[in-house]
Amino acid sequence: MDFGQLLYMRHEIILSAIALIVLILEISISNKNIEKIIPVLTVLFFINTIAGFFPVETGSLFGGMYKTTGITILMKNILNIGVLIVLIQSAGWLKSNFTGSSNIGGYFFIVISSLIGMDFMISSGNFLMFYIGIELATIPLAALVASEKLKERSAEAGVKLILSAALSSGILLYGISLLYGTNGSLYFDNIASSFQNNSLQMLAFIFIFTGIAFKISIVPFHLWTADVYEGAPVNITSFLSVISKGSAAFILLILLFTVFKGIEGTWNSVLYFVSVLTMTIGNLFAIRQKNIKRFLAFSSIAQAGFIPLGIIGGSAIGFSSVVYFLLIYLFSNLGAFGVVAAISNATGRENIDEYNGLYSTNKGLSLVMMLSLFSLAGIPPVAGFFSKFFLFTSAAKQGYYLLVFIALINATISLYYYLLVVKAMFINKNEMPIGPVKNDAYTKLGLIICAIGIIAIGFAGIIFDYINSLTFGIK
Amino acid sequence: MIEGIQLEFFLVLGTLVFFIGIYGFLTRKNLITMLMSAELILNAVNINFVAFNKYLYPENLEGQFFALFIIAIAATEVAVAVSIIISLYRKIKSIDVEKVNELKY
Repeated sequence: MDFGQLLYMRHEIILSAIALIVLILEISISNKNIEKIIPVLTVLFFINTIAGFFPVETGSLFGGMYKTTGITILMKNILNIGVLIVLIQSAGWLKSNFTGSSNIGGYFFIVISSLIGMDFMISSGNFLMFYIGIELATIPLAALVASEKLKERSAEAGVKLILSAALSSGILLYGISLLYGTNGSLYFDNIASSFQNNSLQMLAFIFIFTGIAFKISIVPFHLWTADVYEGAPVNITSFLSVISKGSAAFILLILLFTVFKGIEGTWNSVLYFVSVLTMTIGNLFAIRQKNIKRFLAFSSIAQAGFIPLGIIGGSAIGFSSVVYFLLIYLFSNLGAFGVVAAISNATGRENIDEYNGLYSTNKGLSLVMMLSLFSLAGIPPVAGFFSKFFLFTSAAKQGYYLLVFIALINATISLYYYLLVVKAMFINKNEMPIGPVKNDAYTKLGLIICAIGIIAIGFAGIIFDYINSLTFGIK
Repeated sequence: MIEGIQLEFFLVLGTLVFFIGIYGFLTRKNLITMLMSAELILNAVNINFVAFNKYLYPENLEGQFFALFIIAIAATEVAVAVSIIISLYRKIKSIDVEKVNELKY
């Protein structure tokens, strides 16, 4: 065997090495100095992120079990960037909440192993690999969500997450077993080439789609989302809402465009239905939320409803606009959650009312929050506008004008509740606003990266062209 | 191949176990029982995989391998779930779903 081929899976290998380094550092450093591993690991992860961008050949390993293409490498790089921002943002929280025990190492280990699972899931070429990846990505997350041992709501959120994950993976597996029964193979390529369009395979597709829809929290499989997002520590919530959801959306894209390409007519109508439902219900529930974390949870459900706009019709341009949308969604949502995390960790306040008059005391935080919310809503100068624009264009190109119209109405409704928060921060008067929050360098750095991402990516047309060049040939 | 028993019997058994699992998951009030129902779902999948493998595609063992992996991963899932349930029990002294209601709407 040529060991050079192992470079195909360099993302996973480097991440595994970092996970081992975490374990070694954790036992070799005394509890007093345990905080010092935070900068070391963040720098290591930064090196990993950079290393992911080096161009290396693509190909398949282990007889087609594991495949990389240009687009899967890009997806992994996007996830890497997201996790890097999450790690930077959570440094301050780790220092204040995880003192006196070796939990800091555990946090890094769990985050990194979950990321390894997502990477394997994205580049799987076989349903066995896909299943192992999706479980490795989900099970550690439940432990993370329940990691605030002193709070009841954290454990409650963890229970809800692990039980819904167990149910969803059971449904997913049942679909895979039916698909195996019709084909006798678990390899994506074999299944795709022998699709006969019979009803058992349709049933299998519905089961598999349901399993993944749980992870992306598409309505009607969204019921766990708001509870888990509210109960989990804020930094974990940002990981859940961006990285976990993003990776599930990526694998849904890959499965629909490779394995289930043969039944495009079926999944188009499923996606149409689900997209309308998700956008509308997510938006309507977001309006009535009082807690900012629940508010962002429902906003992220509504955002997930826009993803099918790009997938529907199955065009290459739609594929690249979904990836582009998720890249920008990553920066916008991490920016919003970064601000919520900074305020919640410093003062413990999470209600939208308490954000009244925030601008008078915390100018920087309010500005970043405003940028992120504008980007989520899709207001022109910032990047969120361009990502939504591309999604709508690709759906309109396929002739789904009614769907685009419904999506536009929903984008307008979402503008209303995003602006409510902005109004609370800038216009509403408050005699007792949240006092000035002192942020450490990590939090500031994380927020600045998000702000730069939100502003710059929209104008850097080269990024969309790059994604487009990678998806060329997907039909 | 087992004398006198057709593939359909196994598939019907698998489907029954699957839906008993779903029903139990949605109606039970006890967290541990809900977890057991989730295990039933996974076992239904195992029955399906092994039956398909044995009857339709006996030349290679992909289905049986998959069943082995499901068993192993289900064990890890239960380990994490039970540890979280224990940590919840320490706070509310109950594993009744209706008591787990701090987060709503």
